[in-house]
Parts: sequence; C-alpha cells; structure tokens
Amino acid sequence: MVFRAIFEKLKVGLSKTRGVFSGFASLFRLRGKVDRNFLAEMEKRLYLADVGVTATFLIIEQVRQSFLNKEIGEDVETFVKQQLKEMLTAGEGISYAANGPTVVMVAGVNGSGKTTSIAKLARRLQQDGKKVLVAACDTYRAAAVEQLTVWSERIGCEIVKNQQGSDPASVAHDACERAKARGFDVLIVDTAGRLHTQKHLMRELEKIHRVVARQIPGAPHEVLLVLDATTGQNAIAQAENFEKAVRCSGIILAKLDGTAKGGAIFAIKQKIDLPVKFVGVGETLDDLEPFDPDSYVEALFA
Amino acid sequence: MFEGIQRNLSEALKKLRGRGRITEANVRDAMQEVRRALLDADVNYTVANDFVQRVTERSIGQQVLRTLDPSEQIFKIVYDELVALMGPVDTGFHFAKDRPTVIMLCGLQGQGKTTSAGKLALTLRERGRKPMLVAADLQRPAAVDQLKVLGDQIGVTVYSEPPPVSPVDVCRRALDHAKKYLLDTVILDTAGRLHVDEMPMDELRQIDRSCRPDQVFFVCDAMTGQDAVNSAKAFNEALDLNGVILTKMDGDARGGAALSIKSVAQVPIKFIGVGEKLDRLEEFRPEGMAQRILGQGDILSLVEKVASIQQQIGEEERLEQQRKLEKGDFTLDDFRKQFEQMKKMGPMKDLLGSMPGMSEMISEDEDPEKAFTRIQGMIDSMTKEERRNPDVIDINRRRRIAAGSGTEPPEIKQFLAQFTQMREVMRKMSQMSIWERVKMVTGMGQKGAFLPGAKVFNKKGDTGHRKSPKERAKERKNKRKKR
Repeated sequence: MVFRAIFEKLKVGLSKTRGVFSGFASLFRLRGKVDRNFLAEMEKRLYLADVGVTATFLIIEQVRQSFLNKEIGEDVETFVKQQLKEMLTAGEGISYAANGPTVVMVAGVNGSGKTTSIAKLARRLQQDGKKVLVAACDTYRAAAVEQLTVWSERIGCEIVKNQQGSDPASVAHDACERAKARGFDVLIVDTAGRLHTQKHLMRELEKIHRVVARQIPGAPHEVLLVLDATTGQNAIAQAENFEKAVRCSGIILAKLDGTAKGGAIFAIKQKIDLPVKFVGVGETLDDLEPFDPDSYVEALFA
Repeated sequence: MFEGIQRNLSEALKKLRGRGRITEANVRDAMQEVRRALLDADVNYTVANDFVQRVTERSIGQQVLRTLDPSEQIFKIVYDELVALMGPVDTGFHFAKDRPTVIMLCGLQGQGKTTSAGKLALTLRERGRKPMLVAADLQRPAAVDQLKVLGDQIGVTVYSEPPPVSPVDVCRRALDHAKKYLLDTVILDTAGRLHVDEMPMDELRQIDRSCRPDQVFFVCDAMTGQDAVNSAKAFNEALDLNGVILTKMDGDARGGAALSIKSVAQVPIKFIGVGEKLDRLEEFRPEGMAQRILGQGDILSLVEKVASIQQQIGEEERLEQQRKLEKGDFTLDDFRKQFEQMKKMGPMKDLLGSMPGMSEMISEDEDPEKAFTRIQGMIDSMTKEERRNPDVIDINRRRRIAAGSGTEPPEIKQFLAQFTQMREVMRKMSQMSIWERVKMVTGMGQKGAFLPGAKVFNKKGDTGHRKSPKERAKERKNKRKKR
C-alpha cells in the first residue's frame, strides 16, 4: 500500500525527533476520564501539528460535548479520528478535459516546492499513460527555467520555455498552442513563486490564467496550490489569496516527509473548501501520492 | 488581529481602569488573548505557554497607572518581554585576520538559502569585504546555475565544480581557491535538507569539520509553523548555529518562528530577508518583530505612550514629594512611594546610599531586600491617619501594627524614630544650597552608604563614659535651645 509508505515515513521521521512529539500515540492510552487535562493534552497535540486556533477549538469543543466525563477509550479515539477525517476529503486526482489538452496550472509562494511537485506530477501522469508537456513560466527567479529543464530531461517530457526575464504569459500562450498542435494530453504550467501579498505579482498570475483560458476553452482545468507542510497559519492566508486570484481547485501539500504535519489544511478546508489532492512525501520522483485523509489523520496521532 | 486583541483585552480589564493593581484574576483573561495571538502567529505551543506564564507572573502586583487603560499597560509588558527575549542582536561579523572568514548557510529545502547567500555577499561587499560564493548545493537541479546568475548580478566570484563531486570536497577546495585569489570571506551555500535525514545531516557535519566555518547561519522561512523548533534544534545540535536569517518577511506571516527558535535553541535572529531583490536584507530588530508577532496595529506608538505616561507620573510624583519635603510634611505614604520607585531602579543594595537615612534603618547583617519588605509591611499595616501623622501611634497602635506586619512593637518604635529623623534631615536638605547638600551627601556617603547601620544624624560625640540621667537631661535642654 502506498499509504503505508507515507505512514511509515512519517513514523520514521517522528521517531528521530523525540521531545515535542514524544508520546504522541499515548494520548488515547491515557487512563481515566475525558477531563480538562485530557482535553488540554489533545489541544496541545493539535496545536503542535499547526491545526491552528479556530480549528483546534472546534475539534476540542466537539469532543468535550460528546465525551466529557466518559472513560478514555477506543470510542473516543474512533470519534476524534472520524471527526478529523470528516473535515477533510480524499484527493480525487486530476479531472481531465472532455477533449483536447487538460491544463494544470501550479502556483504557490517561493520555496514551497512547486517545481519539484510538477516533476513528480508529470511523472505520475506519464505513468498513467498521458502525454505531458510542461511550461516554464517561472521566468523571474534565477535558473528556475534550467531547474525545470533538468527535471523534464530526467522524466523525459517536453518543455516549452523562454529565457529568464521574458513574459510568463507569452510562454503560457506558446505552450497552449504547442499542446493543441501536438496533441498533448496534459499541459502543466509552472509559475514563479510569489508571496500572496505582492499585488502586482498576483495580477501577473491572473494574466497567465486569462491567457490560458483564452487559448483553450475551459482551461485551466486544475489550478493546484503548492503548500509547504512546514508552513504555519500563514498557509490559510496563502490559500485565500491564491483562491481569490486564480480560483484554485486543490492543494499539493509538499514536504510532508519531515516532522511537520501541515495541520492548516483543516482550517483551509473549513474556510474556503479547498481540498488537498496530493501530498509530497520524499525527494525522489515517485514520492507524490494522492491525499488520503485516513492515513493523514493516523499520522497526526501516530 | 491587533484590534481584536485590544478590544477583548479592554473588555476584560475595563473595571481596572485607573486604579488598583493588576491581579491574577483580571490578568488571566487578557493573557488568554495574548496566548491566542501568539499561537496565531505560529509561536510554538510550549513556548507560547511558558511565555504567557512568565508575563502573568511579572504583571501581577503592578500598579495600574492612571489615565492608562490596563490592557494597554499589559500589552506594554508583553511587548517588553518579547523584545527582551528576542534581543539583543549583534549583526557584526567576526572576521578572521590571517585567513578567509567562512560563513556557512544551512536549512530545510525552500527556505531561501541561495537567495540569502547572494544577499549576504552583497552586504559583505558593502562592508568592504571581498566575498566569494561557494555552490555546495549539488542536490537541487540548477541550484549551481542559480548561484552563478546571482553572483554575476552583484559581481561576486562564485566557486563551483562540475559534477560528479562531493559538496565536502567542493567546500574544502573553495577555501584554497579563496586563499589563492585573496578573497577574504567565503559563503558556503549548502543544499536544503531535512533535519531527520541522517545522511545529509552527516554531510553537513563533515563540511563543518573540514572547513571550520566561523559562523553558521540557519536560514528559516518566516512562514514556518510549529515545526520550526524541531528543525532549529536538530540543526543546532549538529552544527552549533551562530544565528538565524529569517526570510520572506515581506509577506504577511507574523513570524512567530523567530520567538520559538530563540527560546528553544537560544540562537539569535540576525538578519531578515524582505524581498526577492538582492539588496533586500536587513538587520533584525526585536522591536519590529515583537510588534509583528503581536499583530499589525501600531504598537510602537502605544508603547511610547505608556512609557511617556510612566515618566510623566514619575515626574509629577517627584515634584510633589519635593514640595512636601520643603514644607516638612513628608509622610510615611510618600516614603513608601519613594522606595517603591527605588525598587524599580535596581537591586536595593546598590541604592541604599541614594536615599538619605535609608541605610540607618537597615542593620548590617540583614538582607536589604528583606528589610525593605519588612518596612513596607509596617507601613502597609498602618491606617491612613497613622501614615499621615505618625505622632498618633501609641503603644496600642504599635502592637496592632506589629501584629499586622509580623514584627515586634519595639521595631515599630525604632522605625518611626528613624523616620522622624530622616524627615528632619530631608527638610533641612531641601532648604540647603547645592554646595551644602553635596557636602552633606558625601558625608553621608562615607558614614551611611559604606557603613550601613552607622548613625549619621544625631551625632553625640563620644564622651568615653556612659552619661548619667542628669547629664542627658542637660544635653536635651541644650539641643532644644539650639533649635
């Protein structure tokens, strides 16, 4: 099972960093009743996983109402996990266009892991038998085009690029033309990392979105926001702003192979109903998995 | 956010305005809001709890200043603590004289190491150094190219070697290269890695051993959440970090990671990255960071306001006391206020000499802090009337005060006698010329401050024998005449 692999990886990571996370599994093994101490302990764990103030409060309230003064046991564990799982939805994968190329646009803040995630995603789609084209629209950062070129060579897919400093929207335009002309199944558009507070850069992103939509009706079919799992509550602001600019369809939660949990996804799901579609769980090309709420929640308490 | 905290704080503390002291009960609600703000800012859960606990303890017992909202005052305390915790900052580099100085950057993936390396090189060049960048990130595709482009932009040499090669070797040979070409500062840009991956961490240790960097900086994204403590701790254990560069501060992340890292790993934040351009590296300011962690509001002006009111009140009280002194109606209340103020100024021992007569009241072998508490207890056990006019205190009242303050009635008597003496001296002093005052104070400095317990006033002159009651009566008569 692929989920087992994620789970194992997370566990290995955790076993190396004792201290903050030690004794995570023992929460539901505590003896006694669900009381203030138990709730405080649970709250601590949720906070440490970056679940955040609002979502943590919600979860704790639910447990309090249902289980206060009842014995700690398996039913509490099942309930809590169930509650958490219900707050999330399983990653559905890419929704393809009925005909013509499917355009997947990838955005995110600097250093969240966009380019690596794109390489992994392209690889995955290729393995599904798709003909994949990538567009190097990060024309801003030094050597970003080279970085994507190296990846495209490694996985053996075509790339559309221009030199650094050129207009990213024009690269996107050319890529759409090429995808249509050469019969590509999927076009993945890489964009430059930008902080969601930079208005002009967000407008540039909107422009790429517009150009793609004009070239291929119904495109982009997917807009994936790449979030770094180590990011804290700022992830919510990122999701809100990118959603506003380019109407995201899902999240790639990258770098989940460290000790961070990316718990902000609860609040994001709650607030703007943006689901996680994929998770990045390692540095090799095969380390991109569809998001599975079950194993995610298990890992949260593992 | 700040407005939210402010409003809730004000609600919680409305009844306190302008009077009373901050107590545990009324500070608790306020601190819940502060805790929430810290957690929202991604301050580590444990760090936030410890912090709130400590600030609560510090706040309790503080007097609420008039004309000031207690919530504002608590905010000031919180702010001060934050600043104290994150500072002081030393952004100077310590350069080696006889060899190139080596600076090493490390951190997780995507934190901004390469960009920070470029920014650091530019900063160093502006400080008159000849920096060289070393491309030791052989992991990420095109990372070497990225560094080369950055080096070109700012005109700084970039040392790299074609693959396959190990980062450890690249760094070692880079040092030789720097020596040969007389480049005096070497910046090692290492690959991003996870703190839980043993092999890559070991590679860092090897570089550390072979290059012996003078400074190791941990590069951390300001958006990092609770996990910041885990990675910072692990990197610190592996490499013994000298400082942190907090990147992507131009976003709207509140940057609680700064506080977490400082408190858990004891590594100071040195620089912040505030933009993608290479000149966007600033020195870290704890004041700005404290403001940011607490929220977006204009805390600085609030802080200034509190400080100025504190100063203003202090000034008013000082003038008032001065006036009272001149009139000779300096009361026990004023006295208590005065050493309350002194307490704020520092350890009591150092201040004993700064208040006339103070050393009189404390015997040599008693801890001054304790003695002050004892005296404070005595004054606090008196009624308003007694404090205004100590002459009404008879033996019955003395017994009551002694019982109230846990002392013995004779101690009260002794203290009151000393107080009366002191008041007299102070009245005289306030009427003296500056010259006389200096003479008196220096005299007191000799007798009082350096010989606690010595009788400064009421000099009797040593007669060598114990006076008979008759002689003493005569002496008293003479003294009265003199007055």
